[in-house]
Amino acid sequence: MKSKALLEKTIHGIFLILGLITVGCVLLITVYLVIAGVPAIREIGLVPFLSGSKWNPTGAEPVYGILPFILTSIYGTAGAIIIGVPVGFFTSVYLSKLAGKKVKAVVESAVSLLAGIPSVVYGLVGMLVLVPGVAKIFHLADGASLFAAIIVLAIMILPSIIKVSITSLDAVPKEYEDASLALGATKIETCFRVSVPAAKSGIATAVVLGVGRAIGEAMAVMMVSGNVPNMPSIFESVRFLTTAVASEMSYADGLQRQALFSIALVLFLFIMLINAVLNYFVKGRKEA
Amino acid sequence: MKKIISLILVAVMALGIFTGCGSTESETVSGTVSTDGSTSMEKVIGSLGEAFGNDNPDITFTYNPTGSSSGIQAVSEGRCDIGLSSRALKDEEKEQGLEETVLAYDGIAVIVNNENPVEDLTLEQIADIYTGKITNWSEVGGDDAEIVLIGREAGSGTRDGFESITGTEEACQYRQELTSTGDVITTVESNANAIGYASLASVSDSVKVVTVDGIAPSEETVLDGSYKIQRPFVLVTKADTALSEAAQKFFDYITSEDAKSIISEAGAVPVQ
Repeated sequence: MKSKALLEKTIHGIFLILGLITVGCVLLITVYLVIAGVPAIREIGLVPFLSGSKWNPTGAEPVYGILPFILTSIYGTAGAIIIGVPVGFFTSVYLSKLAGKKVKAVVESAVSLLAGIPSVVYGLVGMLVLVPGVAKIFHLADGASLFAAIIVLAIMILPSIIKVSITSLDAVPKEYEDASLALGATKIETCFRVSVPAAKSGIATAVVLGVGRAIGEAMAVMMVSGNVPNMPSIFESVRFLTTAVASEMSYADGLQRQALFSIALVLFLFIMLINAVLNYFVKGRKEA
Repeated sequence: MKKIISLILVAVMALGIFTGCGSTESETVSGTVSTDGSTSMEKVIGSLGEAFGNDNPDITFTYNPTGSSSGIQAVSEGRCDIGLSSRALKDEEKEQGLEETVLAYDGIAVIVNNENPVEDLTLEQIADIYTGKITNWSEVGGDDAEIVLIGREAGSGTRDGFESITGTEEACQYRQELTSTGDVITTVESNANAIGYASLASVSDSVKVVTVDGIAPSEETVLDGSYKIQRPFVLVTKADTALSEAAQKFFDYITSEDAKSIISEAGAVPVQ
């Protein structure tokens, strides 16, 4: 009997340690990013760093302004949301409420497959198909641009938006819909007047998840956005916060390297903010 | 329960064996070679260091990628054994008692799309193209189309080499800054109006290499100096101070015949 209790306690201890590993990692990353990111900001100055519109770390007089990266990340994410959310939203309403069983099975597995494609593959296809395509359609000399990055991001965030939305739409109690139909509402009216409002916090969660995925993506956008630190413009070559860190890290040293950590810190703060919003929605859903 | 305890004991004992090994090994380490300098030489010196380490497990090899000038400074202050520079030493640096040994040459090829009719560009034209003075292919004998400038990210050794040789530092109006040689080649391959630069060893038939001032880049033209867009990879040592035994062994190894195939594999042209 005693050994059983000991075993219970031991296993409890092991699980606790495993659980603490995750917490430890988050703390470690946070502390490390702050320690690594703050010195450069202090040296450059917070205002010139965040609001400077020129980035030239290897020049004779290095300039470290990351406003172009911040704006590009915001515009890029917003663009992806504007294109991705309507498509994802209507897809999930269709799949959850209107589609036949077979159609639902096929489309849902296609969506899962889309989620499983590595981002470098999105980037490669974007680089070889989308970028030349954009150049041809819009008569540009070169297609690598914010626009191409937005298209790639919009496709990449679709799976998370669709899957989370479907889950919350499926969870709407059937009685709500039956009652609506019994009152004489059509199928579509029921969908948009009853089911969607009932699932709205879940759908909002899906959108926030999409934002998180879009702002954190590096590999795919690096391959289609051209990667020049210009102020963002739809058909110009641009650089995101993520790609700014990734593209220069391999050769950077000194203040340039520290500044890259500072960019990572800024990105981290953005993601924390998005997570806080996400938590707010998830909690709201539980209380409702 | 007993099983678990015995398993743990076995694991601890197994670990003990390894630690035993480690401590005996560290006692026999007999020297270190420290190198410091050019980031462009990372690949070459890295592969050489690795091969040297396989043959001489007792010697520790270190490489500190700081940049050519810092590497030269480090060796003159005695902070490293061998300095690495991707430019020739200046006269005042030689006067400080430093000695240069050319390890290899690095040729940078200027590439355009296979459909582009342009075959030859002068060094001046290349500089004008990259600084935005020439923006249309028709100005250099090509089709009437906007030139798309493809380059590398800030800090890249190839970019640094290209810009310093063409005299376009900080003046390049890039349309795309890509992070690898492969990306540059793929992009030039898929855009008919693109121009890019890449390490000579990495270029294949998928893109067209233009001749510079009428000379095509190759091992021979790089070695005899007729191909302009090239730079030396230099080993910098102190003239009046002898290298340590370990460092001398490394120096002899990387300048030997055996090391040449490693240097070519790493993308540079070894000295004949």
